[in-house]
Amino acid sequence: MIEILHKIIESILPFAWVKYDFMKNALLAVVLVTPVFAIIGTMVINKHMAFFSDVLGHSALTGVAIGVILGFNDPTLPMIALAVFIAIAVTCFKAATNAASDTVLGVFFAIVVSLGVVLLSRGGGFARYTAYLIGDILSVTPNQIFVLATIALCVFLYWIIFANRLTLVSVNSSLAASRGINVLLIEISFAVLTAVVVILSIRLVGVLIINSLLILPAAASRNISRDLQSYTIWAVIISLLSGVAGLVASYYWGTASGATIVLFAALFYCLTALFRMIRVRLN
Amino acid sequence: MAEKCEHCCTRIEGLGVNFGSAVILKNVDLHVNCGELIAVVGPNGAGKTTLLRAILGEIPYKGSIKFQVKGKPDGHPRIGYVPQKLNYDIDSPISVSDLIGSAISDAPVCMGIKMSLKERIRASLAGVSAERLSDKRIGELSGGELQRVLLAMAMTPEPDLLLLDEPMSGVDAKGLSLFYELASSLRRAKDVTILLVTHDLIGVAPHADRMVLLNNSIIASGRPKEVLSDDRLVKELGPSLWNISKLPEFMDDLSADGKGREQ
Repeated sequence: MIEILHKIIESILPFAWVKYDFMKNALLAVVLVTPVFAIIGTMVINKHMAFFSDVLGHSALTGVAIGVILGFNDPTLPMIALAVFIAIAVTCFKAATNAASDTVLGVFFAIVVSLGVVLLSRGGGFARYTAYLIGDILSVTPNQIFVLATIALCVFLYWIIFANRLTLVSVNSSLAASRGINVLLIEISFAVLTAVVVILSIRLVGVLIINSLLILPAAASRNISRDLQSYTIWAVIISLLSGVAGLVASYYWGTASGATIVLFAALFYCLTALFRMIRVRLN
Repeated sequence: MAEKCEHCCTRIEGLGVNFGSAVILKNVDLHVNCGELIAVVGPNGAGKTTLLRAILGEIPYKGSIKFQVKGKPDGHPRIGYVPQKLNYDIDSPISVSDLIGSAISDAPVCMGIKMSLKERIRASLAGVSAERLSDKRIGELSGGELQRVLLAMAMTPEPDLLLLDEPMSGVDAKGLSLFYELASSLRRAKDVTILLVTHDLIGVAPHADRMVLLNNSIIASGRPKEVLSDDRLVKELGPSLWNISKLPEFMDDLSADGKGREQ
């Protein structure tokens, strides 16, 4: 399967870097992950959840630590379990208390980062785990690509079924409830989906910048969109372009791919913000 | 307060709501008859919005809220709800069509709106004479326009019971009065039962069958004229608010005199 995809990429793209399998795998991963991040990002911004997703990303540090302590070879499972737990806990707490969530999130943020660093740095061994901080998309395996394809499909299906409900919940939860929507269930399902997507991509992009990849394409798209369809389409296009451009640029520049991708996304944000400013001036 | 009602649509008995140790509503008895327009008035923090949220089944409460809907022997009524406000950023890329489409269709509007859905959205907006707003972003709407759009949503599909919460801001007195007229014409045309929460005592009076003065429990209830002349109204709302609500009369006097009058 993966060989067929490699052949297709080689026949379409006449570039020097295409001859490396790790680049072809990375390209596949980018093409799968960036649209998913764009789509989830559109709703994360609508629902003012940018800090929330950042906490989920940083929880990976504690997740890895728990995995190491429990003796897991691959800490993905404990990472997901912790992120999902935080997602559900924060959502339920918010629903029950109606409290300003940024304070609560700030507390979670402090705990997951400091606890993670304390546990991982026992005996001075933190350097071993820096890969989680900046990520490494070039080491993605065919198995991981398969997992990413599965999660992309899940997100797509989830979106077809729940996107409208999420929109209604985001503008007014009582209004959503009056139309027979189970608000808490929708909130929890979206939080859990975000947690799983973020954690499964941590290895590729890294804890430090994963949230930027979630926020920037949607934020850039907001500058040029007037309705939900164009918002979604532009977010996906900008995310894909940043992903591919960042990956290729990082190959030539010898830089970390994740950060290079995020820089391209930031460039798109600046360009669209400029476009918006000019349009406002002209009107 | 629990007057006998034969065509009762919504029967609220002994309703109580607490948030922590704060008592928001206690012993509220209210029978809403079919096709009636009831105005719920009261000071800030009286529990007006809480009453609507209890009817929506969104918050836990003591007592009972029972519905009786023709053709639905045990059934829950279809409730249309117009909230006080929406949470969105001024630059939100959500159009009026997106908002209504999200509410009335399962097909994800972020992947495009089909012609058939566009037609349904147009029909929904036509009900409140707001077709021209369909492509506007919700951040571009005035308070009054947003309220119309929300009313169009609440009326699609046609509800058995319509709950209208007063907008928090952005709607002037003229806009409110237009809104009451619209709600009241919808009621006449579609025979919908309406529960309307408001501060605007004078504006709503001509449109309401009944006015209920709420301040944690029901203080007074009856025809608008009776409630407006009830002494307890001044007591509950405070003289200043009562004076403001008398302002239209004052203004009328003023223009009749043709000259200013010292207060």
